[in-house]
Amino acid sequence: MLRRDFLTASGFGVGGFVLPSTFGKLIAAEALVDGAIAITVKKTLADAALAAATAAGASYCDVRVGRYLRQFVITRDAHVENVVNTESIGVGIRVIAGGAWGFAATNDMTTDGVATAARQAAAIAKANARNQTAPVQLAPTPGVGEVSWRAPIRTSAMSVPVKDKAALLLDVNAAALANGADFIQSILFSVNEQKYFASTDGSYIDQDVHRIWPLMRVTAVDKATGKFRTRSELSAPMGLGYEYLDGNKADQTVLPNGVVVYGKSYDMKADAIAASKQARAKIKAPSVKPGKYDLVLDPSHTWLTIHESVGHPTELDRVLGYEANYAGTSFATLDKRANHFKYGSDHVTIVADKIQPGSLGAVGYDDEGVKTKRWDLIKDGVLVDYQVIRDQAHIIGKKASDGCCYADSWSSVQFQRMANVSLLPGKAKLSVPDMIKDVENGIYIVGDGSFSIDQQRYNAQFGGQLFYEIKNGKVGGMIEDVAYQIRTPEFWNACVGVCDESDYRLGGSFFDGKGQPAQVSAVSHGSSTARFNGINVISTARSLG
Amino acid sequence: MSIFTEAQAKAILDKVIALSKADQCTAQLKGSIDGNVRFALNNVSTSGIVSNVDLSVEVAFGKRVGIATINEFDDAALERVVRRAEDLAKLAPENPEFIPAAAKQAYKPTATFSPATAAITPEYRAQVAADSIQPCKAEKLVAAGFLQDGQSFVAFANSKGNFGYQQATNIDYTCTVRTDGGRGSGWVGHNLQDAKAFDASADIRVAMRKASASAQARAIEPGKYTVILEPVAAAGLLGFMFNDFRARESDEGRSFLSKKGGGNKLGEQIFDPRVNFTADPGHPDALVMPWDDDGLPRERTPIVTDGKVANLQYTRYWAQKQGKRATGEPGNIIMAGGTKTTAELIKTTAKGILVTRTWYIRMVDPQTVLLTGLTRDGTFYIENGQIKYPLKNFRFNESPVIMLNNIEELGRPVRVKGDESDLIMVLPPMKLRDFTFTSLSDAV
Repeated sequence: MLRRDFLTASGFGVGGFVLPSTFGKLIAAEALVDGAIAITVKKTLADAALAAATAAGASYCDVRVGRYLRQFVITRDAHVENVVNTESIGVGIRVIAGGAWGFAATNDMTTDGVATAARQAAAIAKANARNQTAPVQLAPTPGVGEVSWRAPIRTSAMSVPVKDKAALLLDVNAAALANGADFIQSILFSVNEQKYFASTDGSYIDQDVHRIWPLMRVTAVDKATGKFRTRSELSAPMGLGYEYLDGNKADQTVLPNGVVVYGKSYDMKADAIAASKQARAKIKAPSVKPGKYDLVLDPSHTWLTIHESVGHPTELDRVLGYEANYAGTSFATLDKRANHFKYGSDHVTIVADKIQPGSLGAVGYDDEGVKTKRWDLIKDGVLVDYQVIRDQAHIIGKKASDGCCYADSWSSVQFQRMANVSLLPGKAKLSVPDMIKDVENGIYIVGDGSFSIDQQRYNAQFGGQLFYEIKNGKVGGMIEDVAYQIRTPEFWNACVGVCDESDYRLGGSFFDGKGQPAQVSAVSHGSSTARFNGINVISTARSLG
Repeated sequence: MSIFTEAQAKAILDKVIALSKADQCTAQLKGSIDGNVRFALNNVSTSGIVSNVDLSVEVAFGKRVGIATINEFDDAALERVVRRAEDLAKLAPENPEFIPAAAKQAYKPTATFSPATAAITPEYRAQVAADSIQPCKAEKLVAAGFLQDGQSFVAFANSKGNFGYQQATNIDYTCTVRTDGGRGSGWVGHNLQDAKAFDASADIRVAMRKASASAQARAIEPGKYTVILEPVAAAGLLGFMFNDFRARESDEGRSFLSKKGGGNKLGEQIFDPRVNFTADPGHPDALVMPWDDDGLPRERTPIVTDGKVANLQYTRYWAQKQGKRATGEPGNIIMAGGTKTTAELIKTTAKGILVTRTWYIRMVDPQTVLLTGLTRDGTFYIENGQIKYPLKNFRFNESPVIMLNNIEELGRPVRVKGDESDLIMVLPPMKLRDFTFTSLSDAV
């Protein structure tokens, strides 16, 4: 599920934004660049925790020494509203003792401090063991010794001065206001997770993860009619550095409707100008006539549909019922996999992926020391697998974890989180114009909008940012008030084509929510433009009289 | 220990204010101890305690503001955090919407602290899990739930002499109960301040009854129906609407409370005349802090009176710009109602649908506050004053603004909290005509 709205914090759901104060202590911007904990210090702390846990009777222990940095530069119209830098440092220790899990965390960065926490974790495990019906079964994973991994970035966003970021955003805002926007809010959100993992399996893994997300919301108001419309960014949050904002022309695509979309590089100012004109055009665009349409979905839109209708239902903890009280369960039950459930048409192959360069989910090793990989979830339309971690693998007869375990902080206990889940491009050469030329009565949707899905992931409704009608193979004018409703397997079985690799792009969110207490996770979803025939479209136009 | 007494907190805050050389300084201390237990598949899965205390210091030189935070409180640490905030302020761009710190305010304390909640132990939490799981096991039902309890304090002071301190407690319990074969599902949620009024072994029966009663659901055509929304089902929808009772967005033309041609709908009839909403920090069922995050006093304020917009919330910046009085952002919403329980509303219903819970609600169109979401955990068909059979779940597309113009009857208000809103609400069950269901869901 994704959090729900720009600048409002909430629970389960992908979404726009969380209030910065939830992330740790506030620090000076310069401290975002320096202050990394020396690797020798991290290893010393980890060894102290491992030794203390083992001495306390743990049969397994893992230690995560984390430094989590976040920076928010928030602007509104012609001014900077806020600049927030946060840092959170500490150690999380997880053990198995007596066959049960125990977890404790501390920000006391001394060997005594972490040893005490390790003993607490062992004591909690032993207490939990008394009520445990079956001991934890951990799929083996090889110790990898001392290794490191770094996100493939050119420029750390943390190293760019705040004044440059503020100047960029204010320039974006000025361009929007000069091109038809009445209001704009723009935000640059940067994350750096410096994570060190050690375990009694013999792994010492140092990782440096970077993420960046430029966001905006442009509003156009027509005072005479009282109508207003917004358009949000067509960027994607990425596992990249500041170079994502270079605006390389080579990473831009002009769609058949004239809309510009972005790949591995984003031109925020150009998008703001386009957004302003499009928000104004949306006010005058006619409402959609409800009915069945063939939908042509741009990757800037499809990521969210993939996330909700495939990513979540294939998480094994949901399938088994562990999230029944919060994120929900799943219709994609184990018997369906055993019976080769036809989740989608033959065009639909969907993979889980923790290695794709530039994606939000990419790491070298997950938060329980498992080397990451890519694997099939849906192969040629058939449900073939789920997403599992070490203590779940045995449940479905897997010999190893898939490497998708994650905790959003050193102080949170790691658990199964969604990998990047992506629709593979079509194998045959197919461009977007070639896909559209056969569509007689369709709607072309760009950007993600409103989203909602039931707790078992059957019935979903999605909106978008921009909608264009398609008539007799040609893209026509902008329309408004479009939402489509799906039943998940019928929707994916209505997929009649996916464009080729040249159109493949990522979308995603920093805020996939799950667990109680709730944790967030960043995840990307890739696809090429895809076509779905005969989908139910409703009009969302209403009158308040 | 992360709960400071008033004297301890004031001593720290006074030192911080005295240390600052900026034009103004505001300091806030917040501390909390939260405990939780989570269970699923009739087993406890995790439990823990999180304790935290933070000092946040905001200083300003002219219109340049800097904020820094720390979780150490010796003299050297206090000096460090003040200097860091001052350094940041000197480097910050001017904020044209800067408003000087509030002058000394008179806050009316609210009794937000209950000793019984602060005294909750790990054993108490384990017992709540057991009280939830054991009855379910005995009836071949499967429980998944979460209890979170907490005690907290907040204290703040500024260089103009303003000061506030208060403690609070909170309990939030939720449990989803499913039938063994997964054909029925029920839910209970209980948000309250005082552990004395909490009994999981009674609450769990609500979820168990709904789980058993909702199995064998039948499908009926989506469309417009008379519905009875239980208070918690209504909370999910209303929470979204209250985000819009802000003067600035209304004046700027980007809210359903904006008026055609400019201005806002203050004073206009927008709901059925039976609709009355009030924010009241001292309401005995929904006590909240007597100030908002900006230190503005919360007052008992009518928001909608007899269906007319009575007040919009003005931030200090927008109030100054518009020549209005700034008011504290509400921490709760109290809706007036009648005296009937949900069961009594059912008795007078010829045909309708009882919705006991709503889920995954999202804004579709802010212009009309059109929301979409689903029913879950017990949806029932009513005929001739009786529940006849369980229904398959629906997706709805409905605006709370339209909904509150289609009132048949309101019942007796009770305290609830929406899944995704921080507002504490006191809401009645509502019988509404022409509620719009747009499709069926196979989800249980």
